Formats: sequence, C-alpha cells, structure tokens
Amino acid sequence: MATALEYQNIFTQVQVRGPAEAGIEIDEGADPGRVGEGTFSSLLGWFGNAQLGPIYLGGWGLVSLITGTLWFNIVGFTMLASVDWNPAVFIRDLFWLALEPPGPEHGLSVPPLMDGGWWFIASFFLLVSVLTWWVRTYRRAISLGMGTHVAWAFAAAIWLFLVLGLIRPILMGSWSEAVPYGIFPHLDWTAAFSIRYGNLFYNPFHALSIVFLYGSTLLFAMHGATILAVSRLGGDREIEQITDRGTATERAALFWRWTMGFNATMEGIHRWAWWFAVLTPITGGIGILLSGTVVDNWYMWAVEHHFAAEYPVFWDQPTPNPNLMEGNGDAGAYVPNNDVDVGPYPADGAGSEMTQ
Amino acid sequence: MIGDLFERIEWRKPFRYVGMVVWIGVAGVFVIVAALWVINGSPTKVESYQTGYRGVGGAQLEFESEIARLRDVNQMPESEEPYVPQEGDRLAKDVYENVQVLGNLTEDNFNRLMASITEWVSPEEGCTYCHNLDEGFAYDGIYTKLVARRMIQMTWEVNANWQSHAAPAGVNCYTCHRGQNVPEYIWFSPEEYPNVGPSAMYQNRAGQEVPVAASLPINSIEALLGPDVPIDSTAIQVQADSERAPNDSFDYQTGTELTYSLMMHFSDSLGVNCTFCHNSRAWSEWDQSSPQRENAWYGVRMVRTLNAEYLDPLQETYPEHRLGPKGDAPKASCMTCHQGVNKPLYGASAIENWPELVSPDPTYRQETAATD
Repeated sequence: MATALEYQNIFTQVQVRGPAEAGIEIDEGADPGRVGEGTFSSLLGWFGNAQLGPIYLGGWGLVSLITGTLWFNIVGFTMLASVDWNPAVFIRDLFWLALEPPGPEHGLSVPPLMDGGWWFIASFFLLVSVLTWWVRTYRRAISLGMGTHVAWAFAAAIWLFLVLGLIRPILMGSWSEAVPYGIFPHLDWTAAFSIRYGNLFYNPFHALSIVFLYGSTLLFAMHGATILAVSRLGGDREIEQITDRGTATERAALFWRWTMGFNATMEGIHRWAWWFAVLTPITGGIGILLSGTVVDNWYMWAVEHHFAAEYPVFWDQPTPNPNLMEGNGDAGAYVPNNDVDVGPYPADGAGSEMTQ
Repeated sequence: MIGDLFERIEWRKPFRYVGMVVWIGVAGVFVIVAALWVINGSPTKVESYQTGYRGVGGAQLEFESEIARLRDVNQMPESEEPYVPQEGDRLAKDVYENVQVLGNLTEDNFNRLMASITEWVSPEEGCTYCHNLDEGFAYDGIYTKLVARRMIQMTWEVNANWQSHAAPAGVNCYTCHRGQNVPEYIWFSPEEYPNVGPSAMYQNRAGQEVPVAASLPINSIEALLGPDVPIDSTAIQVQADSERAPNDSFDYQTGTELTYSLMMHFSDSLGVNCTFCHNSRAWSEWDQSSPQRENAWYGVRMVRTLNAEYLDPLQETYPEHRLGPKGDAPKASCMTCHQGVNKPLYGASAIENWPELVSPDPTYRQETAATD
C-alpha cells in the first residue's frame, strides 16, 4: 500500500512530531515576549505546520490585540443595540447591520455618540490596532534577521485603509465620507461611491488596481502550479534552488520559455508577485483619493481625455435634458412624444427585432 | 457476470463501499435533475428585448414564469362606453343632492361612473362603502366618500395635467385600486430603528421591501418623492455634470444611497432593469438615456405633486386604522400604478371610456360613443 513517505501539499498525511520548536534566542527585554510553550494540532498539520505557538506577544502586539478587540466589540455591540439587544434578530440581520460614520453635517468635528460617535471611537481603536500590528510585523522581522518585505506589503494595504477612513475624509472635510462597518453597508458604500463619481471604471487608477489584482491571481496560479509541478524534482525547495539551480528550476524555466517565450527566475518570480500584490492597494488608494478631491465625474474625465467610446444614438433622437427645458416641471408646457417605444412589452413574447 | 460481481462484494466490510455509493448517489441526483431540466424546460428561462445600442447591455430581461403572472394580474377590466349627452339630458347636480365634483355629468354617465367606481374600488361592499343608505346618498358622514371626491380630482390632475407622464393611457381608479378598497402598493413614512443614529436609522434590514441583499435606506421614497419634497427638487441627480464640478444638491454618500435605493424602487415597480432608461456607464447623461427616462423625470414630479397636494393632506380625513405607523396618510409611489409592469396594465387605455375622469367638463367623442 501507500508508502509512509507520501507527501501532499495541501493535506499532509504524515505528520512528524518532535519537541515544540520555540525559535531562536533573542533579547525579549521587558516585553511580554513569547507566550505559551507550543502545542500540536493534527488539524492544523493537514494544512500547514502542526505546531501552534508559542506566539510572540510583545508590547506592540498587546496594544494591537486590546485595541482591535475594543474595535470589534464596539462594532458588534452597537449593531446588537440597533436590533434592541435581540440576539436572534442580530443573527438574522447581521449582514445588514452597520456602524455608520457621522452625518455630513458634523464635518470633521467629534460627532455625538449616537450619530457616528461610536464609529469615531471604534475607528480610533482600529487605527491604533492596525498601526501597532504593522510595527509588530516590522520588529519581528528585524529581530529574526529577516528583510522587512512583509511589513512593507502590509503597509500597502494600510495605505488603502488610511485613504478610505482617514486621509480622504480629511481632504473632503467630513467624516461622513468614510466607509461604514458592516457587510452590506460597506458594499453599498462601494457601489454608491462609483455611482457618485461618475463610474469608477473610467478611473485609470481603478483600472491599474484591477490589473494588479487580477495579475496577482494569475501570477499566484502560475507560480503555485509551477512549483507543485516540479516539487517531485525538489522544486519546492525554492530558496536552495535560487542559489543553486537544480533540474527542477531548469525544467520550470524551460516550461515557460517553451510555452510563452519568456520565463521569470526562481528569485524574480517572487518580486513579480510581491509588486503586483503591493501595487493593487497602492494604485487603488490613489484612485479613491482622487475621487471627489480632484475628479468629480470619471466618465466626464474620460470624455475629456478621449478614451470613452462614443455610441450612436439608439432612439429617433437624443433624449433632451428636461431640466434645461422651458418651464420645466410645468407639465402643461410639454408635449409628450408617446409614439416613442423601445420595444414590445415584455409579455408580448418574442424579443425585439431591432439589431442596430 | 452479474453473479460474479455479486460474489466479489465483500459483504463483511460494507463500509468499504461508502465512497462508491456516495458518488453513485451524487451522479444519480445530477442525472435526474438534468433530465427534469431538459424535459420541463429551464425554470429560469429568460426573455429579452433590446432597449439600447448593441454591446452596451441595453436589454430588458424577464423570467418567463414571471411574465405569465404579470399578465394575469395586470388586466384592465371591460367597461361600458359613455353615453353621448343628448339635448335635454339632465345633469347629475340637478338630479341629485350634494354632487360636488361630478355635477356636470349627465345623469346616465354619472350613474355609469358610480357603478364602475364600485366595481373598481369596493366590489364587495358595494355602494355602502361610501354611502349611508339610511341617511341618503347625499350624506357626507362617511370618510370614504370624502376621500373618493379627492381621488376623482386627483385622477383629473393626472389625466389632464400630467400627460407628460401618463398619456396616452391615462389612469382611472382601477389603475391603483385593482378591486381593493385600499390600493395594494401604498407607502407610509417608515419608522426609525431604535438605538442608531440618523445615518443608520432607515437602513434596510432583512425582510424589508427594498432589495433584500442591500442595506440601502428604506426612506428613499419619502426623501425623494414624499410630500415634503419640492416638486422641482433635483436631489435625485447625484452625479456632477462635468469632470470637476462639485454637485451641491446632495449630501455626500448618503444622498447617493438614497438615489440608488429609489432607482431600485423604479426598477422593481416597472419590472425593468437600469438600462431601460440609462446607459449604465453614465447614468446622468441625457443624450445616452432612453426617452423613458424623460418620462420618468415627469413621473417623479407628478408623484411629488400627488403626494403633496392630494394624498398627504387627507391625513385628517382618514380614520386611524388607515394611517401609517407614524400617523401619516397613505401615499403613492411608482409601484402604486405600475405594479411590476413598465406601462400600468400593459398600456391599456384607462380613459378611453372615461372622459369624466379627464376633466370635470368631459368632452365626448361622437364617433366612438354609444348613441342609443
């Protein structure tokens, strides 16, 4: 039957157990430092390393966890309050519930507690939590003698977060510009944002962000697939293969060169992936930041810059803007053209014969 | 051969076959569903028709199942042709007492209209829904009669002054009432949710009428079509009309969400999608919009007028059980007439036989009217 050496990349069937690995000795100073001794979980072992902990808490981590928990609880309890503390309704309506920023009339002032005040407090804690977590990723990398690539990649995401909740609201002069907390509420915010600024698809930075986002998924799939495909030749030992190129790397490189003429290198593919991932929120953040501050209608901007396609008028004549007509709102002044009809009523069956 | 297979099954180790049985089951269910799908036709079959230039998504889609249902519920009932007034016909105001709005109708046409109103609005209760037979037909002590008077005036308003929106079909009582005392699709001022600030007190929750998978504001009809909105308010238009031109007429994101919610109401009410009126790449651009958008523009102003001048002021006339949770009168929105169809009752004329519902001094078309 199957050998004991069978190795699979997602569901690892064989888990080796030894004493928990605590990590290298470092000066933990007055920090809370490492917490726990490390335990093992078979479930975790299926997906990755079976060892859980010890976790390095540290002063920054402690602050981050406390403020993050405060944010989470403020959002949760204000939502619970909004359903009159009814847990059943809370669960039913959870995706609909929101903690909204204050109304526009409050500008950048500290809003009343029940009109965005809780949002303000929660957001402050979230800001502290995210920033201290960033410091933590930076400091842990330094103490392990690593580069700080993870911290800077995280910083790119924080940039978008800051643009949405802090920088752009300040430039627009109102906290009401910030994103609400809540599942559907933040989705509605996103849709309304695009509508309000004349279609974000015409925002070139939005376009760039999409390119990098989709590019990231493509690179992730290509790289992941390539390494899995050569792992039987030792290709999963990527770091060794970077400095001492083996047959796995040779074949992977050949595969792509034969397939599309060009191949990344074992080292360079990680830079490709890192930059694509990092540029997604960076360009996206720029696109958001420019909306309402520099450009109010992206479609109009696209027309101005000659890249919005023009389509022929589909109807007998262009529809006039009634706001500009003499005596608008005075219905008597208007002679309706009710002969205009765009197609059969839906119930009339067959689809339109218009093919223009 | 089957026997061979039978022999080879290891009966003592039944769990060995669990995986195989599960897969056979899954495949079987798949085959059955696929077969039913083919035999019965797709339950989600959609019909479409074109409403915009090709390639820009200008198409309306409807589920076939839904079309049949809409056809059933949106039929204009038959009605009698009017009696063309002859020399010597007596007018209702001379025949009956206390005829305040329909006095200039001939007796025959007046009775014809009364009979039809009964059919349209109170088929079960009959005349007594508005009239107290003991006190006589002239008696004004029943609120429904007072409301009916105002409703007739409102119908004149729509048919005479809002041809920009309602012509040529016009409206009659049935357009909204559909045989019910109170039209099915009316709205009241929504109640605020407790314990949330102004920015979330009207947000949609599960089970509300606004599109379910969104938390858009549920007060958009009141905020943009309600009786307190100036008739000419442009608050619905939230997009700046040039690349760099702040639009001051709306309040930030919340204003956009109100518009979004109202547009979903339009879409719902008319059974159409966004591209019925708009090229969705540029909502605000009139020269890329369909003529229907212009029609809707007048509709918006019409509904505001009806709510402000006719429906809301009836608040004091109604008994309490007809009022909303905040004590306001029932009001109209797009859905009140349209009821899921882009032209109410599929565009059947509501006034062909009812010049009395266009003007207090009706003009009758000789050639179409019954002469005997």
